[in-house]
Amino acid sequence: MSDSDPVVIVGAGLGGLRAAEALRGAGFDEHIVVVGDEPHLPYNRPPLSKEALAGGVDVEDLHFRRRASIDDVEWRLGSRVVASDLAGSTITLDNGQVLPFSGLVIASGIRPRQLPIPGPTTGRVLLRGADDAAHLRDQLGPGSHLVILGAGFIGCEVAATARKLGAEVDVVALDEEPLIRPLGPEFGAAMRRHHEDNGVRFHMGRTVTEFLGEDRVTGVRLDDGTAIPATIVLEAVGSVPNVEWLEGNGLDLSDGVLVDESLRVIDSPVPAVAVGDIARHPNALFPGGPWRIEHWNMPTEIGRHAGKTLATLLTGAEIETAPFSALPSFWSDQYDLNIQSFGMPGLGEPVLVDGNLDGDCIVEYRKDGELVGVVGVNRSKDLMDYRKQLLARQQ
Amino acid sequence: MITIDVDPAVCDNYGRCCFDAEDIFFLDDSGALQFLSQADDDRLADLENAADACPMQAISLTVS
Repeated sequence: MSDSDPVVIVGAGLGGLRAAEALRGAGFDEHIVVVGDEPHLPYNRPPLSKEALAGGVDVEDLHFRRRASIDDVEWRLGSRVVASDLAGSTITLDNGQVLPFSGLVIASGIRPRQLPIPGPTTGRVLLRGADDAAHLRDQLGPGSHLVILGAGFIGCEVAATARKLGAEVDVVALDEEPLIRPLGPEFGAAMRRHHEDNGVRFHMGRTVTEFLGEDRVTGVRLDDGTAIPATIVLEAVGSVPNVEWLEGNGLDLSDGVLVDESLRVIDSPVPAVAVGDIARHPNALFPGGPWRIEHWNMPTEIGRHAGKTLATLLTGAEIETAPFSALPSFWSDQYDLNIQSFGMPGLGEPVLVDGNLDGDCIVEYRKDGELVGVVGVNRSKDLMDYRKQLLARQQ
Repeated sequence: MITIDVDPAVCDNYGRCCFDAEDIFFLDDSGALQFLSQADDDRLADLENAADACPMQAISLTVS
């Protein structure tokens, strides 16, 4: 490594983008290279299960605005990182090229988990990137029959969108209710009823044991023997962090990349931070981690803080920033429901405080009496004060 | 001067733009987003944070 080597950001998603902007914001003016495996500049993924899936996917429309401060950043798109030697300060690309770096931002994100289920593979799809969404979009419409494995956000959002497009939809999941982990069982049951009112069929507490068909999937077999016909199957059963290229460096890669309270990669011999979905980090607002949280606001929060940390490390100064602290937040659109959350509702017990679960409502989540999260349906304005209350946990 | 525009066809009234600039963006009593169409240059950082925070990426800023 030499001081003239660039900072390399591995991953051209939201976290990588925010880290680049934060490096520049902190006065780091040396060369920055961003390596991305997709051919696209950073773009917004949540519409891929909602508006963009319904209306047609044009990635140009989904690009994030990029601050002028990063106009001189070099984008190496369509290029995958396959290996790294942190002690030697290099990464290796899939074309064999070795890139030296002075500092590293790990922003390689996650990919959908695929279950080892026997049967044909044609007709099975995953949803992570714009190209995945375009592929799924092409196969949805009247006459199509979508079976979704998994009843989390992506599964439920795609179910709602596919119904809008006229497809038959069945959802199969091992959980007792859809969205049970973020929302709890009663709220999850209300979401299930809402989906059922819109024509979605649920098979909860079930797993798929076999994909049916010869050359392509024509259905799925459940563990109780039931066969469900399908023209297309979406697997939305969670994610796997893209850490393989970091193996052999002595890092904790057991669930993403473990970082300290400054978001520095623990046990890295060289200046390195991890950002976005892949980072497993402490959070001063929620002691008891480290956490790896796949909510949309986190790459921005983490990227901004980590970029500042890395800029400080590269100039040799002591890190002066406060420990990383951020309020996780998600939102989801399903039918006419506009769901928004702040905090970590999964840590607490739900209490319905206003409205009803089958319509507009506010649900507080409390642990030992203390507010740890809130979810509102069509109540964004009322959530503003809750957000401030949750941020005040810091003091 | 910074000119602010929110695409009404895209905005979903989540109100996340209000967090860093609640004097420029706010939800009215019906929960609909209202915003000032212009702001001084010294608010650029707040406005960029607001634009970044929009889940729908519906906010555009023009500095003139």
